[in-house]
Amino acid sequence: MSHCHVDKIVDVPTGSRQIVLAGNPNVGKSVVFHELTGVYADVSNYPGTTVELFHGRFGDDVVIDTPGIYGVSSFNEEEVVARDVIIDADLIINVVDAVHLDRDLFLTLQLIDMGKPVVVALNMMDEVERAGQKINISRLKEMLGVPVIPIVAVEKRGLAELKNSLSQAAQGIPTELGIPQAAAASETELSRAAQLLILEGDEDVAARYRQQPASYRDHIYGKRRERVNAIIDDAVEDTQSRAGSQLLSRLMVKPLTGIPLLGLTLFLMYQVVGVFIAGNVVDLLEGTVMGEYYEPLMRSLIGRFAAENSVIYEILAGEFGILTMTITYLVGLLLPLVMGFYLFLSILEDSGYMPRIATLVDRVLTKFGLNGRAVIPMILGLGCVTMATITTRILGSRRERIIATMLLALAIPCSAQLGVITGMLGAVGGWYFALYILVIFVTLVVIGTVLNRLLPGQSTDLLIDLPTLRLPRPVNVLRKTVNKTKMFVFEAGPLFFLGALIISVMKVTGLLEAVQSFLYPLTVGWLELPRQASTAFIMGIVRRDFGAAGLYDMALTPEQTLVSLITITLFVPCIASMIVVFKERNWKEGLAILVSCFAIAFTVGGLVAKIL
Amino acid sequence: MTLAQARPGQLLRISQIPDPVVRAQATRFGINEGADVECFEVVPRGPIILRKRRQEIAVGRRLAEKIGIELHKGQVRI
Repeated sequence: MSHCHVDKIVDVPTGSRQIVLAGNPNVGKSVVFHELTGVYADVSNYPGTTVELFHGRFGDDVVIDTPGIYGVSSFNEEEVVARDVIIDADLIINVVDAVHLDRDLFLTLQLIDMGKPVVVALNMMDEVERAGQKINISRLKEMLGVPVIPIVAVEKRGLAELKNSLSQAAQGIPTELGIPQAAAASETELSRAAQLLILEGDEDVAARYRQQPASYRDHIYGKRRERVNAIIDDAVEDTQSRAGSQLLSRLMVKPLTGIPLLGLTLFLMYQVVGVFIAGNVVDLLEGTVMGEYYEPLMRSLIGRFAAENSVIYEILAGEFGILTMTITYLVGLLLPLVMGFYLFLSILEDSGYMPRIATLVDRVLTKFGLNGRAVIPMILGLGCVTMATITTRILGSRRERIIATMLLALAIPCSAQLGVITGMLGAVGGWYFALYILVIFVTLVVIGTVLNRLLPGQSTDLLIDLPTLRLPRPVNVLRKTVNKTKMFVFEAGPLFFLGALIISVMKVTGLLEAVQSFLYPLTVGWLELPRQASTAFIMGIVRRDFGAAGLYDMALTPEQTLVSLITITLFVPCIASMIVVFKERNWKEGLAILVSCFAIAFTVGGLVAKIL
Repeated sequence: MTLAQARPGQLLRISQIPDPVVRAQATRFGINEGADVECFEVVPRGPIILRKRRQEIAVGRRLAEKIGIELHKGQVRI
């Protein structure tokens, strides 16, 4: 990954310091960040990543929030971003979870070893006593050599002290690494931070300074781990045995109880997102607000300076108009659905349930060459495949990203489509519904298994931290939901416009009709559907729900309904997802994925038609 | 023996983690080579969940098959 100096993304005026918040995932960093900077925070995507970087001001200084990491190096995207921000930092506020010092202090020591002035914010102090622990703060401070401020960020306790302590930020006592002087002090030009990372074998940083990465990582990590253990033994006292509430954690990962719990969660999600949002909210927004007020207004506005049959009118306000259909789709349909999905995702993340779901389903996903973490894009795919495909970046290897992208494009129906599908299948009877689910599921399993066998290389294994289960705080959940939704609008929004533009151009140039007539023989001969069904398939590329809705108006037998819905589900995803597939993969892999989706859709659809 | 053979409730010492990246990530979580941990839970044919102090870590089965462990017989502080 190429290096990009932080000051290019965040404007740090000369003379002001760059204060960086660093810490493990879910330790309350963002709460501390918002307390420091107030409401005026900006968010920008780190170039080439999905990683969001929040930045704001604290007095004359710039504060940057980094993604949660367990250590500084380049094992994944988040670490690379955090590392680059940390290397440039003038002062680091290290937020740690007081109940999990064993895990969190490793990063703390690494930051101290990097020679940065550090203040440790010991968060979640209210939970320490409940967990049966006692922390000797002055001892901790003495052993680290930096200020240690106990806080309860969500209750704003200790934050004034934290702000005051920034002036006392100190370099701290580095870990005695016992590395030969020659290796440790090779280049005095380099910052201590860069030197340390090169010693730890960080290839990115080494390449940046034209150095050879060293191989002291095991040695240094070992020393640091020993020191963490020694600090904990000295400064943390367990006042009661670890009884605690481990029961729920167990119930969540054991299949016998975990599967029903997951089922219940998904059912709740379906009730809120699938029934309430997709039904009531979308009806109001898409049907009434956008359909009855916004679109007619837009059409009449554009009609004033462009004739109704002109190309300009067609592109701006026609059937797939950028200002009519696309805006309605984005604002009226996708936005509420995506927001609903992100709301659930934020609750699952903040409560600590998400990594436990990943643990529970790991066994199934490894059959497809994925690991439990892939459950996140899969669940998101039921919301919006476009957004889920972007999220495949969190997966550990290229191989996993290809498999997940393919499965999303092929067999995961997005919420826009699900509504129409359930409506149509519900009307023809429960048996067809069951058959539909069976066929899609079998296709998913077969293709996943085949991809796992065929693709070279090896997928990464599950190795995740299961954080303490906590009741999520509504404010934090809402903030997270809004931020993620914003990211979706910025990242995926333009693609929907681009997609509509492409389709409109295809329509005015007659290309769309050519594709439709190309599909006729397949549709009529092979799938045994009426000719007009191919129009529905093409519409499905514009908006997946349009495709399914187009089938509504045709007089189809129940068998034909089933065949057409199976085909349209497996058929290539909407044009915005296709663009993301090409963007995230490369044109070769993208083309391979989309062509196989197309082939599999018609093969499976045809087989079902012949069997029935 | 390997971590994949561990049973819930057993106390064990991690003796070997062959993959360097996994070794580094595990060290950050406190389950480095030489660390004493408790097998907290085992998902049948799925991940093994380790516990050290208040930390729970899930390890995928295939990875667990590559991690060497020794069982503790007597009392040990985790």
